[in-house]
Amino acid sequence: MLLGRTANGLYWMSRYIERAENMARLVDAGLRLALTRTETSADEWHSVVVSAGAENAFASRHQTYSADNVADFLLRDTSNPSSVLSSVETARSNARMVRTALTREVWESINDAWMTCRRILASPIDQRELPKILDAVKRETALIRGALHGTMLRNEIFDFAQLGIYVERADNTARILDVKYYVLLPSVSWVGSSLDNYQWESILRSVSAHRSYRWVYEADYKPTNIADFLILNRRMPRSLAFCYRMIAESLTFLADDYGERHDCHQTLEEILSKLRPGTIDAVFDIGLHEFLGDFIHRNNTLGDEVAQNYRFF
Amino acid sequence: MVAFDEMRPEGAGLRQPYSSYESWLQTQDSSRLTEKMRDAEHVFRRTGITFAVYGEQEAAERLIPFDIVPRIISGAEWRRLTQGIEQRVQALNAFLDDIYHRQEILRAGRIPRELIAGNAAFLPEMIGVRPPAGVYTHIIGVDIVRTGENEFFVLEDNARTPSGVSYMIENRETMMQLFPELFQTIKVRPVENYPQLLRQSLSQVAPRSTKGTPTVAVLTPGSYNSAYFEHAFLADQMGVELVEGQDLRVVDGHVAMRTTQGYKQIDVLYRRVDDDFLDPLTFNPDSALGVPGIMDVYRAGNITIANAPGTGIADDKAIYSYMPEIIEFYTGRKAILGNIPTWRCSEADSLKYVLEHLDELVVKEVHGSGGYGMLVGPTSSKKEHETFAAKLKSKPTNYIAQPTLALSTCPILTEQGLAPRHVDLRPFVLVSDRIRIVPGGLTRVALKEGSLVVNSSQGGGTKDTWVLDD
Repeated sequence: MLLGRTANGLYWMSRYIERAENMARLVDAGLRLALTRTETSADEWHSVVVSAGAENAFASRHQTYSADNVADFLLRDTSNPSSVLSSVETARSNARMVRTALTREVWESINDAWMTCRRILASPIDQRELPKILDAVKRETALIRGALHGTMLRNEIFDFAQLGIYVERADNTARILDVKYYVLLPSVSWVGSSLDNYQWESILRSVSAHRSYRWVYEADYKPTNIADFLILNRRMPRSLAFCYRMIAESLTFLADDYGERHDCHQTLEEILSKLRPGTIDAVFDIGLHEFLGDFIHRNNTLGDEVAQNYRFF
Repeated sequence: MVAFDEMRPEGAGLRQPYSSYESWLQTQDSSRLTEKMRDAEHVFRRTGITFAVYGEQEAAERLIPFDIVPRIISGAEWRRLTQGIEQRVQALNAFLDDIYHRQEILRAGRIPRELIAGNAAFLPEMIGVRPPAGVYTHIIGVDIVRTGENEFFVLEDNARTPSGVSYMIENRETMMQLFPELFQTIKVRPVENYPQLLRQSLSQVAPRSTKGTPTVAVLTPGSYNSAYFEHAFLADQMGVELVEGQDLRVVDGHVAMRTTQGYKQIDVLYRRVDDDFLDPLTFNPDSALGVPGIMDVYRAGNITIANAPGTGIADDKAIYSYMPEIIEFYTGRKAILGNIPTWRCSEADSLKYVLEHLDELVVKEVHGSGGYGMLVGPTSSKKEHETFAAKLKSKPTNYIAQPTLALSTCPILTEQGLAPRHVDLRPFVLVSDRIRIVPGGLTRVALKEGSLVVNSSQGGGTKDTWVLDD
């Protein structure tokens, strides 16, 4: 037995923890690109902000896409509801609301993360400290994930938390790819140029996949491989297919436990059918941008249906 | 004014209950104790045991300072206290039943009628309603102060929604983590089964129509409430749902909560929401914290609300002054635990006396709590006296006054070593078909030297309270 409001709190708690981590990783990738390339770094920071889904909000706060502005906006600006600081704050107030559903370890790790982030993001960021700060954010969220996986009973409570994690993560990976889709579009003149290598590596880095890619494909960066890795590879923990494997797991448990299937289960089937292995050519046939746009839309629909079907409000 | 020190009273040696603790203390060096004190704070902050202070922007969540020196009560002292508390709690429930039914005590002229009729805590909606199992006040936190070896007085009855029990449990938990060796040598009676007792007690008073195991839930105003930590803590420890008004609705004549699988009936609601906000259809129409229609379900006998609506009439400070009469009227015996002499400012003679002796009295609002809106005569300025006198004259019925008591002291650990500070005690009482009192309670301590105000909202701290198994 679980309150609808509690399920809602668990779902958003996880989404915001995942979001905080993704923000840190996006800034990390941007920083990397800015360090390795001298020209047009404003473009890179711009695309970081677009990947974060915060273009309009950013424009209302800052004029230029500089490293300082972007890092400040995505990490510590509380007027940005998706900044690391705002996300951790929102995650914690949700956790506080559903506290009785969490183990002591999970609650404490979230409370700790909140205290740490408030401390390290209290004053404007010194660029020299940026790598250390990003590291700390990623460490805190990793601790939360560890506590969640290591101490929570795998019941409905865990399922709603898990749904939040993977709906957010799938959205994040899809958006990063969508912002950079043109980099991956096969074009004879681009292939093999060092500029693209940086761009491709940046995509992989923003989902912490620059090392694992080499293990899987044993080859140089190739657009179709990168897209395959991030969309269809079921072993890559930030790919769309992986996210949906986990979402399917939780939704199936819920359907079995409650003895009832809902709209969200139908949507799940539709999305799964589009993420079958070995279909990357079909993705490029549809058009990468079109495919991702459609995915983002369906992923949002699934989130809304979960909220409705399980009486979040 | 010399206060009675519970560890080393003036002119006498170390008191017996503290002897084992004292010999342990002799073997400790002060730097280790200071370190332990810091550990304790760390534990509390990490676990998020905080409370909100109304009207403070900064530090929305604050810690209640915890002192690591336990307050120790002997088994014999405790037995006497519990007898007094049980008697009092019986009288409180009998009084409530009477007030909402035949009003014998008013007919007998023991209490002035206008004290009830004109009282905001009296709910006409409860007239003639008999709560399930006949219990009105299920959970009570009696505030007790001590002034000497054998002098205990009840300061307040807290019969509506007493808070602080989570601190009693967490304080013990923290002490056992910090000083496991102490608990091996000194036999302290346990308090950690309080949540189980609370659940048993609440289940016991479920409506008679309940089928199977009663579904219990804790109703909180929400995570911004100052006592939210405690609400979540109790729900968690009891293994029941923590609900808000927005989760509840009346379905088929019962109160039900919205779950991921639809609405589920609730039989017993331990509410931590004030009467006023309980039912927007009956009381405050603007309340978003309550459940529309819950009072109809209640009157139909389909849900137990703990504590019952309208219990506030029993812990009103003006009623308090009549407690000795109330106890005698319903139990036929003199009160075991005394009251503090109280001047009701509504009476002309008393008001005159109070105004003349403001510098020696404590003046409180009749409906106030948490140490807000009170005057401690001896420690306030001439100017404060004058402002308060004006308030008193304009609305005398709103105030009572009591002598400034020399509250007993217990040592706390300061940077300069142990130093005495004033304390009070709030044991927690559960009423169902029987009365249960957990051996211990919340000891609140005024951390400022000489201060008599122990309320956490006014800079008070807490201590672990040991009842010895002797």
